[in-house]
Amino acid sequence: MTLIAEYGTILLVLACLFGFFMAWGVGANDVANAMGTSVGSRALTIKQAILIAMVFEFLGAYLAGGSVTQTIRSGIVDPSMISPEQMIFGMLASLLAAGTWLLLASIRGWPVSTTHTIIGAVIGFAAVGVSVDSVKWLGVVPIVSSWVISPFLAGSIAFMIFLSVHKLILDTDDPFANAKRYIPMYMFAVGFIIALMTLTKGLKHVGLHFTDLQSFGLSVLSGLLVTVLGVLLMSRIKDEPSGKSHLHGVERVFAILMIFTACAMAFAHGSNDVANAVGPLAAIVGVLQSGTIHAQSTVPGWVLLVGAVGIVVGLATYGYRVIATIGRHITELTPSRGFAAELAAASTVVAASGIGLPVSTTHTLVGAILGVGMARGIAALNLKVIGTIFTSWVVTLPAGAILSIIYFFIFQGIFG
Amino acid sequence: MPNNPFVNLFGRSPVGPIQRHMTKAHECTTQLVPFIDALMAEDWVEAERIQQRISSLEREADQMKKDIRVNLPNSLFLSVPRSDLLELLSVQDKVANRAKDIAGLMLGRKMKIHPDVQPAFRRFVERSVEAATQALRAMDELSELMETSFAGREVKLVEKLIDELEHIEHDTDEMQIKLRAELYKREAVLPPVDVMFTYQIIEWIGDVADRAERVGNRLGILMAR
Repeated sequence: MTLIAEYGTILLVLACLFGFFMAWGVGANDVANAMGTSVGSRALTIKQAILIAMVFEFLGAYLAGGSVTQTIRSGIVDPSMISPEQMIFGMLASLLAAGTWLLLASIRGWPVSTTHTIIGAVIGFAAVGVSVDSVKWLGVVPIVSSWVISPFLAGSIAFMIFLSVHKLILDTDDPFANAKRYIPMYMFAVGFIIALMTLTKGLKHVGLHFTDLQSFGLSVLSGLLVTVLGVLLMSRIKDEPSGKSHLHGVERVFAILMIFTACAMAFAHGSNDVANAVGPLAAIVGVLQSGTIHAQSTVPGWVLLVGAVGIVVGLATYGYRVIATIGRHITELTPSRGFAAELAAASTVVAASGIGLPVSTTHTLVGAILGVGMARGIAALNLKVIGTIFTSWVVTLPAGAILSIIYFFIFQGIFG
Repeated sequence: MPNNPFVNLFGRSPVGPIQRHMTKAHECTTQLVPFIDALMAEDWVEAERIQQRISSLEREADQMKKDIRVNLPNSLFLSVPRSDLLELLSVQDKVANRAKDIAGLMLGRKMKIHPDVQPAFRRFVERSVEAATQALRAMDELSELMETSFAGREVKLVEKLIDELEHIEHDTDEMQIKLRAELYKREAVLPPVDVMFTYQIIEWIGDVADRAERVGNRLGILMAR
């Protein structure tokens, strides 16, 4: 307890700084993966993508990031088995470990996933630094399985969405007319699904409580809102008479739809990845405030705010460049494909955020794109990327753990 | 960004390169018309210049073909069967090869066409080249086919193009028969070796149209799958 009394403020400031820096990293590097498909398919300009990302990453992180943050804070390790000092050291170590690994991997060009690093780091310091029993292994199992399930789930959903697009719109006698007829349905789906996932599970941390019926009603409302807005934007697109441009007219209608799925992607990404930065911070705050962590206590709103702001700053200072780079490389996606992949990925990630499962947005989106590819939607896909995903699981987890353990013992040595 | 999965996820689609290869092969055949003109005018210098051009174009097409083959590893997941694309490429390349053969042989033998049949001969070459042009038109639709995911509408469009291609090739068959008949009438008074090679050339020019039609067929098979 003396440690907290003596160094409490410094530790809090340190934790906030590290957390902010981690959030900055997420905004600088990770958001590009979520927004890259929208820019690459020319549905959004880079400026539009950044604007949407800033607004919706913030909203996603602040409104819906609480569950996943809670998981990282107290869902992986058992607070009752760890002393307050150890918790503080461990969480600081985790943050540092993740930051170090991100830096190292970025320089060396290795695959990097913030989610996997943080989880590995937290498990690492708890299992080795404290005791193997301090880890809620039963809680870890669903998290790890979600890493495998989310790409598959997103892939299957994307497959089905694209198949429906092909049947209802692309493979018909008048694609343009059918596009104008059916795309409003998809617009409704975007608004409805994202709202439903968020409202039924995620908004407790902002102090909003809805009954299931209210959530359903509000979701329908947001679906309708999106549809009305979308139809308004769609009405400005005229069909071109010549045969070849007929398709491009269809794709331009899909591009409108992609505006909404881009918002959904940004929201989903923010809701899931903010926890990578501020989950440990939330744990430290909890310990400093009460001397221990009560698993039931909700994540303080300002912690999520730190994360949300950090992401936006990261986006504004560096992320826009990365989005531009990735957008330049992704040229094979047309809006009809991009939309299917984004809607599938966003739904999966938002659902995971609602349940409190930290997943890798990047892997989920890759899974979704592969799903579209399976439906013959994309000319050529490099399957070696699947190997990269496996490598991330196998290498990043231990890397995060090892680094975290090292930092943990360093902290213990200095302050303990 | 070497470690970003999205940079590596989208492989290079072979469709664009295959279309460009067809354009190159077609260019080889279009040179045959000015070549024939130069030959019939007995302008050997100009004929040689064009023959060299056809040769170098065919070499470029070969290089493109090799590049495409190298860039189709098995780890690349394609939306159309790999073997179909490679077959298509082979057949396209054969069109260019024939054009080169024709120019080489005719120049080498300083082949003379009897003035009476020169118009028909020229028309025959033109029609064969038109077949290659029609095949190119069909191949240009391949990227649209991919984009619409082989939607029925686009498929019907390409089928019409292929039908037209078959009609053109049939025309060249009939022209070929007529030219052979003309040669048969005169062959007794012409040097026999020259006659044999003239028959060869008539067959080869017909081949250009044949092979162009085969490109259309291959495209049709691709759509059927």
